[in-house]
Amino acid sequence: MKVGLFVPCYIDQFYPSVGISTLQLLEKFGCNVHYPPDQTCCGQPMANSGFASLTHGCNQNFIKNFSGFDYVVAPSGSCVLHIKEHLHDERNPEAAKEIRSRIFELTEFLTDVLKVETVEARFPHRVGLHQSCHGQRMLHLASMSERVLPPFSKAEQLLKGVKGLELVKPARVDECCGFGGTFCVTEEAVSVAMGEDRVSEHETNDVDYITGGDTSCLMHLEGILRRKKSRIKIVHLAEILNAQ
Amino acid sequence: MNDNKTHSQNAEEFLKDRERAHWHDETLWFVRAKRDKAAHNIPEWEALRDAASRIKEHTLSRLDEYLIQFEEKAKANGVQVHWANDAEEHNQIVRDILQKHNAKNVVKSKSMLTEECGLNFYLRDQGINVVDTDLGEYIVQLRNEHPSHIVLPAIHLKKEDVSNTFHEHIGTEKGNKDEVYLTRSARKVLRQKFLSADAAITGVNFAIAETGGIVVCTNEGNADLGVHANKVHIACTGFEKIIPKAEHLSIFLRLLARSATGQPVTTYSSHFHRPGKGQEMHIVIVNNGRTNQLGREEFRGSLKCIRCAACFNTCPVYRRSGGHSYHTAIAGPIGSILAPNIDMKQFADLPFASTLCGSCSNVCPVKINIHEQLWSWRQKLMDEGYGGFAKKASMKVMAGVLGSPAVYKISGKLGRTAMRLMPFAVNNNLNPWYKGREMPEPPKESFREWYTKNKKA
Repeated sequence: MKVGLFVPCYIDQFYPSVGISTLQLLEKFGCNVHYPPDQTCCGQPMANSGFASLTHGCNQNFIKNFSGFDYVVAPSGSCVLHIKEHLHDERNPEAAKEIRSRIFELTEFLTDVLKVETVEARFPHRVGLHQSCHGQRMLHLASMSERVLPPFSKAEQLLKGVKGLELVKPARVDECCGFGGTFCVTEEAVSVAMGEDRVSEHETNDVDYITGGDTSCLMHLEGILRRKKSRIKIVHLAEILNAQ
Repeated sequence: MNDNKTHSQNAEEFLKDRERAHWHDETLWFVRAKRDKAAHNIPEWEALRDAASRIKEHTLSRLDEYLIQFEEKAKANGVQVHWANDAEEHNQIVRDILQKHNAKNVVKSKSMLTEECGLNFYLRDQGINVVDTDLGEYIVQLRNEHPSHIVLPAIHLKKEDVSNTFHEHIGTEKGNKDEVYLTRSARKVLRQKFLSADAAITGVNFAIAETGGIVVCTNEGNADLGVHANKVHIACTGFEKIIPKAEHLSIFLRLLARSATGQPVTTYSSHFHRPGKGQEMHIVIVNNGRTNQLGREEFRGSLKCIRCAACFNTCPVYRRSGGHSYHTAIAGPIGSILAPNIDMKQFADLPFASTLCGSCSNVCPVKINIHEQLWSWRQKLMDEGYGGFAKKASMKVMAGVLGSPAVYKISGKLGRTAMRLMPFAVNNNLNPWYKGREMPEPPKESFREWYTKNKKA
């Protein structure tokens, strides 16, 4: 199975260990993983700011790098969602469509495509789960507190098998952390207030780590944790699932 | 509310009193939690939402037919029907009716449409006194404020604020913040207003094409009191409130109160079909920009709204910024997609007052894709140039770097220059990221560098 690994720009630049864990994890499960070296960004920062009209460079580059794989996998619900909903190229509509149907967020790729039942991992810590909105509400990686539908969670399904891990959920199980892309600076006050409220629920639960499937949310929460000089750290799901 | 400031500036102001902001958030979260409980008690909840959404979509696709049917039926029932193309026309029609009856004092039960049209201020300038009789709206009216929430107009106020307001305006004991005492005091004053008024104005929750009747939902019975105690009843409605048949009410009434407050149904669902003996009944059907929305395909669905405010209560941004920060009559996520339809320039900031978390769309009882419409409004507003030159220029630079692998790689190597374009990556006090958050620590090498070293060979 030939998998194209998409490592979103801010993970590439600031959280390389998330990319490394994702790569190693996929290889562990027998995937033939390629990292197309000329990849950059999905285009979401521009599109969510109202400038989808400026994303053709990103779109064309994405298509050039990720055509021809059986699957494209990324450790970010948000970037995957953007590709799924908005990747297009008027000169190459078929290729864009193909990628839109072949791209998966890491945890859903593990549970739904590779049909992973349990992971061999050890992470002996008390861990708080942060549900990222794009992964949850738009990619449906977990059931949502607002909807009257049967409960499920792809992340929890995988974390269940991790040895030593004690999973704790915050009181508001799926409230947004307030990152929101450029929202984090254009609405700075609300963004920080939202992040502080999330962090405070995890503090009440006395967790060692906050985990999630979106590094952008975690980066925002980490910024708040470090400003508070909190002992709580952040860790991406891929890093936990790859931990020995 | 400061109309000259953006949502972001107003929100920053609101959040300066963190304790109060926290209380506001918790209070509305409590309402959201009640809504969840009520929804989860109905196994067919999602099917109800589907049905409601489809009825509304169908109705919007045949609005012309249903509106004419409604008018015919209402007229046959003895109701006088008026059409208003905009707020000004609406206000004039109401004024003319009131002047014809020489009405000086009017009792109104909550109508967000009359807020939208600025009716109170208009009539005041014409020498007509309007009293809002919904308790929450009465409180904000005494304070010369606007409602901060379409269902809970005074939700931004605490008991002590209400106590002070009542002490000042209706002479309650200073410092007495007992809610029963305060409510009874207001009731005493309002009863007198009902009895001494010359006319009653109500909003409309549902207008039924098949019967020509209207339904008004209240918890206080103030619509009924006003209508039955007065000779003239004027009901004001946006044209999207129409539903085809009376039997459809069974779907909407089950959804409305549960979505709004978690109640199974509002205390009063008052049906008005015809004027009582010796009374006059008028219905004013208002456009005020709604036809524009109807003509914009991607935003048409916002006209399905039944004004339950579930999207307000669930919105993490609304809860932490307050209704007045939206500087428009209808705040919250739904207001942020309705307002730019009326004035793109004035409300260009509102579609950005959201993280696009999608919770609003999930609670919406008529399944409006609110977060997607927020995204689409962002595109439209920027396409039409409401983002300003500087924003577009910086976005062009960002797009240039991120769209070109060669530039991206070089930029990344030069001290992660590419990432300096990202909003969170400049480590100084001018960067809003840094105000409340630390920067991510740049690692020794990027993933790409690690991969080249460890994997390529």
